[in-house]
Amino acid sequence: MIEGLNISKRFGDRMVLENVSVRFEQGKTNLIIGQSGMGKTVLLKCLVGLFEFEEGKVLYDERPFSTMSFYDKKSIRQEIGMLFQGGALFDSLNAEENVMFPLTMFTKMTLAEKLERANICLSRVNLENVNKLFPSELSGGMKKRVAIARAIALNPKYLFCDEPNSGLDPQTANLIDELIKEITLEYNMTTVVVTHDMNSVLEIGQKIYFIYKGKIWWEGNRDNILDTDNHELKAFVFNSELTRRLRPQ
Amino acid sequence: MKIIYHFGRYLSLLKKVFRQPEKMAVYRRQFLVEVEKLGLDSAGIVAIISVFMGAVLTIQMAFNIDSPLVPLYTIGFATRQSMVLEFAPTIISLILCGKVGSRIASEIGTMRVTEQIDALEVMGINSASFLILPKIMAAMFIFPFLIMMSMVLGVIGGWAAGTSSGLITSFGYIYGIQSFFHMYDVWYALTKTIVFAFIITSVSAYHGYHTIGGALEVGNASTSGVVYSSIAIIFSNLILTQLLLA
Repeated sequence: MIEGLNISKRFGDRMVLENVSVRFEQGKTNLIIGQSGMGKTVLLKCLVGLFEFEEGKVLYDERPFSTMSFYDKKSIRQEIGMLFQGGALFDSLNAEENVMFPLTMFTKMTLAEKLERANICLSRVNLENVNKLFPSELSGGMKKRVAIARAIALNPKYLFCDEPNSGLDPQTANLIDELIKEITLEYNMTTVVVTHDMNSVLEIGQKIYFIYKGKIWWEGNRDNILDTDNHELKAFVFNSELTRRLRPQ
Repeated sequence: MKIIYHFGRYLSLLKKVFRQPEKMAVYRRQFLVEVEKLGLDSAGIVAIISVFMGAVLTIQMAFNIDSPLVPLYTIGFATRQSMVLEFAPTIISLILCGKVGSRIASEIGTMRVTEQIDALEVMGINSASFLILPKIMAAMFIFPFLIMMSMVLGVIGGWAAGTSSGLITSFGYIYGIQSFFHMYDVWYALTKTIVFAFIITSVSAYHGYHTIGGALEVGNASTSGVVYSSIAIIFSNLILTQLLLA
C-alpha cells in the first residue's frame, strides 16, 4: 500500500498540489485522473521521489519514504517499477539490454540468467523478435511494452504509470490497459496510473482519484464514476460524444 | 548573482558525481565506452588539425625570420615550442571542447527531456554519477594521449611543409626541434590538458543535466556547454601558465 498524506507542492508562487491525501491499495489498479495541468503527474513524481515537496509525507507499506536519505530510499526504489509517458527507454541500449539494465545494476545474475529473465518479461508483454531492436526502431506501443517489461524485470511491489496510453491508437491503448491490469493481479502489485483517458478509467479503474486544481475533488471507482453529481468530474467524464451516450438518464 | 547560483549548482552536481558508484563493473565498462567515444573517435580530427597547424606554423616562422643573425634551425625550435606549450594543449582542447562538449551536453540534455534520467533516479541509481563520472574519467585519461599525438604530428607537419617548400633543410629542422628541449614543458602541457579535460566534460555535462524543456533547450544547452567550457579553458589556461611557468 502507498499513502500520500497532506502533500503540498508549489513551483515558485504557483501552488500545484494543496494538501493532497491519497491511499493506493495493493493488488488494485489505482487511477489518478483529471484534465491536463491539474497536477496529476506532479503528484506521481512526488510519490516516487522525483520531486521534493514542501509539506506532507509518502509512506510505502508504512515506511516513511519521503523522509529517508538518498541511500536509504534505494531499497524501496528497487521495489518500484515505472512506466514513463514516452517510455524513457535508454537510446543506446536495445530492447533486451533495456530490460536487463535493472538486473545488471542490482543483481548478481549471470548474463545467461539475465537474458532468460529479459525474454520472460518481453514475452509477458507479448513482444517477440524485438530483442535486438533499438528504441528508435520500435513503434510507440512497442516502446511502452518494452518499458513495462523493464519495469517488471525486478518483480516490483509498486508500479507507476504516467499516461500509459498517450499517443497510442485505441486498440494498442486497450492492450496496454489489459497488460497493466493483468500484471497488477499476477504480481499482486500496488499500481498507480495517471491518465485522462476515459476508456482506461472504465476498463481498469478499481480505485479512482479525480484531481482538480491541485486538490482531490472526488474519489471512487469505475462503477460509480458515471453516476457522479460532482460538477467538475461530470464535465471531465462526459466531454466526449462516446461518454455522453453512456450517461445515465 | 546568476554566476554564483550556477557555480553553486555546478559544485553540488560535482558532489553528486563523485559519490560512491553503484556497481564498479558497470562503471568500468562505461569508462571504456567513453574512452572510445570521446577519445578515439576524435583522433582523426585532432590528427588533421595538428598536421596543418604545424605546417602553417613552420611556414609563418620561416617568412618572419628575415634576419641573417637568426639561425634557420630556430624555425624547428619555435615550431616545437609553440606546438608543445600552447597549440597542442590549448587549441586542440578548444577544438575537443566543440566536438566532445556539444556531444556530452546534447546527449545528457536529451536524456533529461525524454525522462531517461528520471528513469535512472526512480530505479535508485545516482544518475549524475552514472552518466557523468565515466565521461570525466575517460576524458582525463585519453586527452593527454591525443595531445601528445598532436604535438608529434604538428612537428611532423612542420617538417613536411618546411622541407617540401625548401624553406629549411631536413637536418636544420631536426636540429631545431632537438635544441633546448626541457621535459618540464611536456609535463606542463599534459597538466593543462588534464585540467581542460575535466572542465570540458563537467561544464558540458552540467548544462545538459539541467536542461528543462524540449529540442530547442537541448540545442541551447549544447551551445552553452561549449561556450562556457571554452571560457573556462581560456581563463584556467592563464592561471595555470602563471602558476606553472612563472
